[in-house]
Amino acid sequence: MSDQITTDPSKPAQRMRAGSMTLTLGPWIVAAILLAALPFIFTSNSGLTIMNQMWITVVFALAYNMLLGQGGMLSFGHAVYAGVGGFACMHIMNASDFFASMPLPLLPIFGGLFGMGLALIVGAFSTRSAGTVFAMISLGVGELIAACSVIIVAFFGGEEGISGDRGEALPFFGLNFWSQIEVYYLTAFWVFISAVLMYLWSRTPVGRMANAVRDNPERAEFLGYSSRWVRFYSFVASGFFAGVAGGLFAINYEILTEENLNAASSGVILLVTFLGGVGFFFGPILGAIVFTLVQTVLSLETELWAFYAGSLFVATVMFFPGGLAGLIMMHVPPLRLGKLGVLTVPYIKTLIPAAIGILGLCSLVEMTFHYRHAATGDHEMTLFWTTFDSHTILPWIIAGAVTLIGLGIARTTAPALKEAWNEANTAGGKR
Amino acid sequence: MSTPALELTGLTKSFGKAEIIRGIDLSIGKAERHAIIGPNGAGKSTLFNLITARFAPTSGTVKLHGEDLTGLQPFQINRKGLSRSFQITNIFPKMTVFENVRCALLWAQGYKYSFWNLVERSRRLTEGADAILDQINLLPRHDLPAGMLSYAEQRALEIGITIAGGADVIMLDEPTAGMSHSETDYITDLILKVTEGKTLIMVEHDMGVVFGLADRISVLVYGEIIATGKPEDVRGDPKVQEAYLGAALEEEH
Repeated sequence: MSDQITTDPSKPAQRMRAGSMTLTLGPWIVAAILLAALPFIFTSNSGLTIMNQMWITVVFALAYNMLLGQGGMLSFGHAVYAGVGGFACMHIMNASDFFASMPLPLLPIFGGLFGMGLALIVGAFSTRSAGTVFAMISLGVGELIAACSVIIVAFFGGEEGISGDRGEALPFFGLNFWSQIEVYYLTAFWVFISAVLMYLWSRTPVGRMANAVRDNPERAEFLGYSSRWVRFYSFVASGFFAGVAGGLFAINYEILTEENLNAASSGVILLVTFLGGVGFFFGPILGAIVFTLVQTVLSLETELWAFYAGSLFVATVMFFPGGLAGLIMMHVPPLRLGKLGVLTVPYIKTLIPAAIGILGLCSLVEMTFHYRHAATGDHEMTLFWTTFDSHTILPWIIAGAVTLIGLGIARTTAPALKEAWNEANTAGGKR
Repeated sequence: MSTPALELTGLTKSFGKAEIIRGIDLSIGKAERHAIIGPNGAGKSTLFNLITARFAPTSGTVKLHGEDLTGLQPFQINRKGLSRSFQITNIFPKMTVFENVRCALLWAQGYKYSFWNLVERSRRLTEGADAILDQINLLPRHDLPAGMLSYAEQRALEIGITIAGGADVIMLDEPTAGMSHSETDYITDLILKVTEGKTLIMVEHDMGVVFGLADRISVLVYGEIIATGKPEDVRGDPKVQEAYLGAALEEEH
């Protein structure tokens, strides 16, 4: 790792560009291998379903970050572009003659084109300014189109939505995409292609100027670029990839409903992207993976998963505005200084008690929920492989004590961690 | 006589009832270094903003190489070869120094809104940006975020961004404001070097810089130009001495 970072400073082309990414193949090859290998590790159908959902969210979150992170445009209605792309794909699926002559892997392109088409129309007036005006227009348009789902029933299918059958497509090298694993590889192929294209987009002139316009629109204007048109191009490209995500959703679930368009879905993608971190290209990928895991795996364990997801989001926004990616990248300077080891022991001393304390807190939350909402007479609950009566005092005392002690220890060791952190970020000593 | 690089005719600007620019006629020739001086609040920055369409004038016209700029947006004016810096440093603070300059080169090198070119792959862009950085002595700061530069370096970077696109009319708004003597000398040399053969219009308070750089000087007082001419003529003009220069020169000596 450290070899990659300390390149020869006498060669300008090799120097790391702070806050930007160099064109390296390494991470992409690793990603491709992982995408191909994961079904051999998680072989169950539910595992494949979770991963498909994850990759769809990855495409959508990356598309969203073209606006939020790279273009500085906060959209509250981006689900609309994914949704419309998805609905268009459903209609193509149901247009049997046409669909029978088209291989299924091409379908997301149509989703992309329809998402892009809508973005062309909306972007024409919404990208004139960034900031609050843009955010409000995106919210308004999002609500408008979500409301259309019950008005334009022919396209949106009303409350039932539109369903279809992906198996009607022209077989693709003998594949009918009836089985989950075939759909997995189709999705994985598209997530890889989309991520590569979106990454390359960020390295093009219009992609670089999106950053410039985000930071200082006025300066960009005095360099010959209209900030409005720079925003417009980002918006349209983002609409395309959101539509691709919608197309992948259509292929996976074979049904689209109003839920794919509404403000809640738009909110989720904002949450996912922010959780992962808007400042780095890989941030939304992380966010999508973590959020999907919380949404699927944690939701099997507790009904309160959304509460925990929300708490995670609030904690991220408050303490790590750079998101998970920012948290990881914070460790690059200590790594470059060769001082990452300084942090190990303080991390163990603080993070493990903190984690235990937080689990204790979660237990209290779960017990309160059980106490209030379980069926009358059902006093028995199971938490962390322990079954107990939620109406007796002892479990409450234990959970409360674990919380207090865990968080208490974390609190006393936190100053030492802070000191170690400063030490790890200071050049000197070994260097 | 050839067309002037920049020609202002009857330019006025009012904000509400306040008339800030009260009818300016000025003609600046090609490759001329022209300084605009005047006391605080005379409307110098407003005049700059009118020329570059940051504000729309109330009346009057601005012509660049004989072409009327009325109704054009700042980015369109920039594409016609007029580039400016700002009184308050106006760079991309989160981007690296190198990227700041590279962004300034994109349009000039014809990349426009393209998404089929990769900026890293273009040697012309990289070498062009490095050449500019070399010119403004910021090559050692290549990969630092621009916001982390010292004030003088940020001003130098701003000049670098301003000239990078190859505009032939360069407007600098108080390039040495808030600088120490040595920094001022550094920026003055820099301006001389990078505006070689170009038309330069600058607003400046430092009389040393003005008399060292300018071929001609205009004195702006209360939105009107009360004198335009060679430095020695302006210095001798009794009206100017009365209105502004006298006080400033007394301070200087």
